[in-house]
Amino acid sequence: MRNPAMSVEPRFPALHPGVLAIDCEAEAARIAARMREALVSDLHRRGFVIAMSGGIDSSVCAALAVRAVGAERVRGLMLPERDSAPESLERAIALADQLGIRYHVEDIAPSLEALGCYARRDEAIRAVFPGYASGWKSKIAIAGGGEGGFNYFRLVVQSPDGEQRDARLPAREYLQIVAATNFKQRVRKMVEYYHADRLHYAVIGTPNRLEYDQGFFVKNGDGAADVKPIAHLYKTQVYMLARHLGIPGAIREAAPTTDTYSLRQGQDEFYFALPYERMDFALWAYNHRVPSDALAAFLDMAPELASFVYRDIAAKRAATRYQHAMPILAGSVPEVGP
Amino acid sequence: MNAASIEGKTEMQDTIAAVRRFLNENFLMDDALEVRDDTSFMEEHILDSTGFIELITWIEEAFHVRVHDEEMLPENFDTLANIARWLERKRMEAAA
Repeated sequence: MRNPAMSVEPRFPALHPGVLAIDCEAEAARIAARMREALVSDLHRRGFVIAMSGGIDSSVCAALAVRAVGAERVRGLMLPERDSAPESLERAIALADQLGIRYHVEDIAPSLEALGCYARRDEAIRAVFPGYASGWKSKIAIAGGGEGGFNYFRLVVQSPDGEQRDARLPAREYLQIVAATNFKQRVRKMVEYYHADRLHYAVIGTPNRLEYDQGFFVKNGDGAADVKPIAHLYKTQVYMLARHLGIPGAIREAAPTTDTYSLRQGQDEFYFALPYERMDFALWAYNHRVPSDALAAFLDMAPELASFVYRDIAAKRAATRYQHAMPILAGSVPEVGP
Repeated sequence: MNAASIEGKTEMQDTIAAVRRFLNENFLMDDALEVRDDTSFMEEHILDSTGFIELITWIEEAFHVRVHDEEMLPENFDTLANIARWLERKRMEAAA
């Protein structure tokens, strides 16, 4: 008989395909109850406003909101702009109809135009590619972190005849493109709060755990919300919940995109080191102190690459702490809070 | 120590001083934190990813060098000493 005191137990849980499994019905019920409680007890509002992008996260949040307070107390918003894919809007409208909620479609392109969103972005793009003009498309893509280097961004442009070129973005142009593009998320949030204020509703934020943890949101843009119902769920779990909640296949099967740049751009291409199916396991393993070698074996990748992914998770978490930070006060106001 | 090695050492010290000045002026704002030659910018949270992009953009402009994508690694740019060594290698490559 082995002496229990002598046995060496691993100090981390086993990593296997089932670690992300959830009881979808129990989880949906728990989240809906928490949303209802938050609305009544914490926020003192009468319903929920949700911006519906046609993507998986906002679709699941919309369905959870309906489950929490009923369709008549949920207002959907579709807020497309010049670079949004038309099929995103179609998917969002189809879901709103399925859920039986009222919705408004508001084109935010004129507001963005007035703010100089497109002009400021294009000015920075032209500093790198002087030939960039009307009819061209663009996107930015992350690089470096997955290979053990620093994260940096590449600018990809495509001419009207389909020729693609790309270059590493210098600091000034990178920051200006991001700053200009962030107008999109911030204008959307202004519109969401307009409707929330007039209806006396609360605003739902839709980040999943990967996005919330790794800072994949715009501060005071899509990061602003009153309730974030799925911020604790890995994206794989959001998909599980989507199936359980009856979200249409067209949404569940669409590749996750940012829907922010005119060239189609996957979320992993833009921000994450791996596609979400693998990134979820990497983040879970990192959170549970699973050694990178074990992650490498599980994901069938080189041990060095797994260590780079861990380093990238830590770097993004540190770099985006600012995104989560509340305004810092120079002195305390104990009557109100920290 | 011969004249060439003294000259090289002085050049590295000048490089380190210039980068330290850039960090102080742009990221530390004259904070009391001491940046030693081997202080890790990442571990000490002196630079985040955007900070590294700014640093590398500045290095390219200030020292008239091109940092290739595959060179954007901590072992080249995470400390003052690493930067000085990387620049020294670049100078030797250019002179060869």
